[in-house]
Amino acid sequence: MSTAVATPKKPKLTTSAMIASIASEGQRVRAAPFGKALVEYAANRPEVVGLTADLAKYTDLHLFAQAYPERFFQMGMAEQLLMGAAGGMAKEGLVPFATTYAAFGTRRAFDFIHQVIAEEDLNVKICCALPGLTTGYGPSHAAIEDIAMMRGVPGLTIVDPCDALDIEQAVPQIAEHKGPVYMRLLRGQVPLVLDEIEGYRFELGKAKLLREGADVLVISSGLLTMRALEAAQDLSKDNIGVAVLHCPTIKPLDEAAIVEAVRYKHRLVVVAENHSVIGGLGEAVASALLRHRVQPAGFQLAGLPDAFLDAGALPTLHDRYGISREALGVRIRTWLA
Amino acid sequence: MTVSNERLAELAAAAWRIRRYALRMGEVQGQGYIGQALGWADVLAVAYCHAMNLKPAEPEWEGRDRFLLSHGHYAIAHYAALIEAGIIAESELETYGSDDSRLPMSGMASYTPGMEISGGSLGQGLIIGVGMALGLKQKKNPAFVYNSMSDGELDEGSTWEAAMSAAHHALDNLICLVDINNQQADGPSSKVLGFEPLADKWAAFGWHVQRVKGNDLPAVVAAFDAARALKEPKPRVILFDTLMGKGVPFLESREKNHFIRVDAPEWQQALDILDQTPQGALA
Repeated sequence: MSTAVATPKKPKLTTSAMIASIASEGQRVRAAPFGKALVEYAANRPEVVGLTADLAKYTDLHLFAQAYPERFFQMGMAEQLLMGAAGGMAKEGLVPFATTYAAFGTRRAFDFIHQVIAEEDLNVKICCALPGLTTGYGPSHAAIEDIAMMRGVPGLTIVDPCDALDIEQAVPQIAEHKGPVYMRLLRGQVPLVLDEIEGYRFELGKAKLLREGADVLVISSGLLTMRALEAAQDLSKDNIGVAVLHCPTIKPLDEAAIVEAVRYKHRLVVVAENHSVIGGLGEAVASALLRHRVQPAGFQLAGLPDAFLDAGALPTLHDRYGISREALGVRIRTWLA
Repeated sequence: MTVSNERLAELAAAAWRIRRYALRMGEVQGQGYIGQALGWADVLAVAYCHAMNLKPAEPEWEGRDRFLLSHGHYAIAHYAALIEAGIIAESELETYGSDDSRLPMSGMASYTPGMEISGGSLGQGLIIGVGMALGLKQKKNPAFVYNSMSDGELDEGSTWEAAMSAAHHALDNLICLVDINNQQADGPSSKVLGFEPLADKWAAFGWHVQRVKGNDLPAVVAAFDAARALKEPKPRVILFDTLMGKGVPFLESREKNHFIRVDAPEWQQALDILDQTPQGALA
């Protein structure tokens, strides 16, 4: 005999999915900007080839594979092979775009990036999805130290784009750049933000001042530039002026623009990045300011902690570790107080 | 395919000269991986003087066969072969391992004409070879890629990533040359990390396999010829069992070691022994 009991409706649980969109509800997005831009760029350039380590779909390289099957190489779940073979192809004059997740590309294949690709200054474009904390899977898949590792590799150009616009404009520029590049990739439904900044365009090697503000200068890269712009809007309601200097090229760093933005302005400088506070943009900016003898009114790192981070839903984690819109705003207020 | 005795005698003389160049380089620095160089000289002679398509005056000629020295510490042997092939000048061996020399102790691509890759971080050559072989096919360039590697590199997982991939992509333009001298840094390979049954392993990975005595010149020639002529759409591996120190009896019989110690006067003694050996006798 069963009794009908009215079960209370379960609250919808947050998810710790591997792939979660970083776009917030209602945000404008573009689908697969990397894949589309690469297909367009490669149309009249037969030397451009695409390789992946079993992650074409999850790096948006599947669009390239569909458009140019004869130029697409599935290397299997073998990241050392992915990087080393991309190096071998570059030695034969091709321009390989090699994709995987950042954790596997940098951590597992580090020596192949170092010795095969960078030591010979080969023309390989390494494009890695799930950078920093953009997965809920925990430390196996999150790459919060990828930039630290890549910054140590001589001659490697490092790009951390903010949004779909950055990615679309970066693809042809990194392809034209002669030499190895590591680009952090946002894939799937990617937020579109920078088209609202008048006159903005991505330029490899250049930092861009996106907005002015009298009290705080946020120096940022990647998706934290988007968060910085949002936090700046929120803080402006309380008459806190926040300037944002976007540094999508981490190496070589546009030190002139950074010095120019900091010097004589007496603002709190906050470096915001989707990366560990060890070895990323924050330490690069600190080093540049010290070497140029520029003393800001204050200096803080709004990066991820030097720790193995929790698994969980991205909004939860971004709040927990201080890189959500709200949490970044709170951190800035605290530092100003 | 058979090779005339005359041709074999020429190759034996080339191998003899490669050994001699290597010994002279070792004497310059008082060190070097001479045991490996002497053991690998016959394979290098056949590669550079018989099998490979080269233009010595144009080391970067697009049509050349590519020779990748994965085991960078064999550079002393590779330089000797490049001298024999006419790609670098004999006089340059006097600079071996010196500051600003084009002949550093471990092979690097940007230093030396004819040195295709920067090896030395072991287990990378075959992976690079896969990429180059794919690249050549993409360009419809019929050149071969040879990857020269040591048995110790069989320990590296990357070697087997490459082995799977080469078979998957049917890279019939890739020929892997493995030096089986059964010596690694910490001792005999069987004690460090056993790799037998080696021929079966490569065959199971989808490769065409030959295993020959690497100091038996006619056998080495035949193996190269067979690997090149094979019609099957498979990558090819030749497993060469070699004798470290080959050609200099007191080094051949010295207690086996990855890095054979040679005392200062012994370099000249080794050269004297080689000079007393008829150039064709080692084959």
